[in-house]
Amino acid sequence: MRGLESHPRTVLTPPLPTLAAVDLACRRGDRILFKGLQFEAKPGQVVWLRGANGRGKTSLLRLLAGLSTPEAGRVDWAGGAHQLVYIAHANALKEDLTVRESLRFLARLHGRDDSVARLDAALALFGMASRRDAPVRTLSQGQRRRVALSRLALDAAPSLWILDEPFDSLDVEGIATLNGLLTRHTAAGGSVVLTSHQVLTLVEPQPLTVQLDEVSV
Amino acid sequence: MSAFTAVLARDLRLAARRRIEALLPIAFFSVALSLFPLGVGPEAQTLRQIAPGIVWVCALLAAMLSVTQLYAADHADGSLEQMLLCGESAVVIAAAKALAHWLLTGLPLILVAPFFGLLFDMQGDAIAALTFGLVLGTPILSLLGGVGAALTLGLRSGGVLLILLILPLCVPALIFGAGAVSAVVSGISPQGHYSLLGALLIVTALLAPWATAAALRISTE
Repeated sequence: MRGLESHPRTVLTPPLPTLAAVDLACRRGDRILFKGLQFEAKPGQVVWLRGANGRGKTSLLRLLAGLSTPEAGRVDWAGGAHQLVYIAHANALKEDLTVRESLRFLARLHGRDDSVARLDAALALFGMASRRDAPVRTLSQGQRRRVALSRLALDAAPSLWILDEPFDSLDVEGIATLNGLLTRHTAAGGSVVLTSHQVLTLVEPQPLTVQLDEVSV
Repeated sequence: MSAFTAVLARDLRLAARRRIEALLPIAFFSVALSLFPLGVGPEAQTLRQIAPGIVWVCALLAAMLSVTQLYAADHADGSLEQMLLCGESAVVIAAAKALAHWLLTGLPLILVAPFFGLLFDMQGDAIAALTFGLVLGTPILSLLGGVGAALTLGLRSGGVLLILLILPLCVPALIFGAGAVSAVVSGISPQGHYSLLGALLIVTALLAPWATAAALRISTE
């Protein structure tokens, strides 16, 4: 049986990263944030969640990532845990570690390639290569965001990216780099669900918009 | 398994970066124990008699002191969410964190305890019993502390609540650990105390990581 499980064909074709929210409802305290929410993120798609502050965008992303359980409905996720990258508003970097050590920990934790060359290439993509040995506490907010996002460049297999305000505190150059990554990722069969207050400047693929303000409450 | 080693190695590295904070429990343990001869008086007979009890009480308090922050920083900076999403069970994370805590607080206590045995004029066999008791007992404190830290995560007065929750659970380890030394001193076999400490260790090692994992899931929801 083990031989069958590790058959090369199953390794080469991981399940496509399709995520579907079915009749999803979320409650915070005694307040219903949204209910009856339906949408799908298919391979090659970018889904842009929009809504005013406090409408439950972050709560929804946490539901999709599997960090919390929905009040009603379900999240259908075809892939495995290793095919999911969730980057929250908090950057998950340790103040006392260096930039490279922080990234390496996240890579090892999630079973990604943590070779030095790979980490440095990911950091270089976001222009952080020169700061790789600096402690995270010496970085600015925008630089921390860049380091957190460089995790995305470590991803090889088609996967689902769940990004909470990824463009926050990025400069124009950083936004362009992230847009490039999103295009490359979706072209390779990956899918993305993200929130953003700023209007997306992503050209390819055109993002599908889900408005949380219009969902019935 | 990569998640286990990643978390363990990172926690040890973080402690190495903050040496003063990492040394705080062992400093507390040493200072508190050194104060007893000054407060109680230098009478060798009295000191010998109270030594096992106070070494165990100080070890317990040192463990409680350090365990309150076990998950707090990871919770605040988002690392904990990443650990829960790593694809391996949260039990693995809980076990790695408990082991890191033991290596950073329990193990140093075990290493310095024999010196304090000498300070309190304990006999060789009593010191051996004390040290062996701590070897069996300190992992219990780290494991139970992990459960408490996970349960009180994100609460405003979490520290106080944690001590109220966890101290009663640690009392059996204290009783049997100190009891083993008293048994040796009065010439009885400490075997029974060791067996009970060992049983406690096995039960907590089997249950605590699962309880911690469940508590982490609830706290981060």
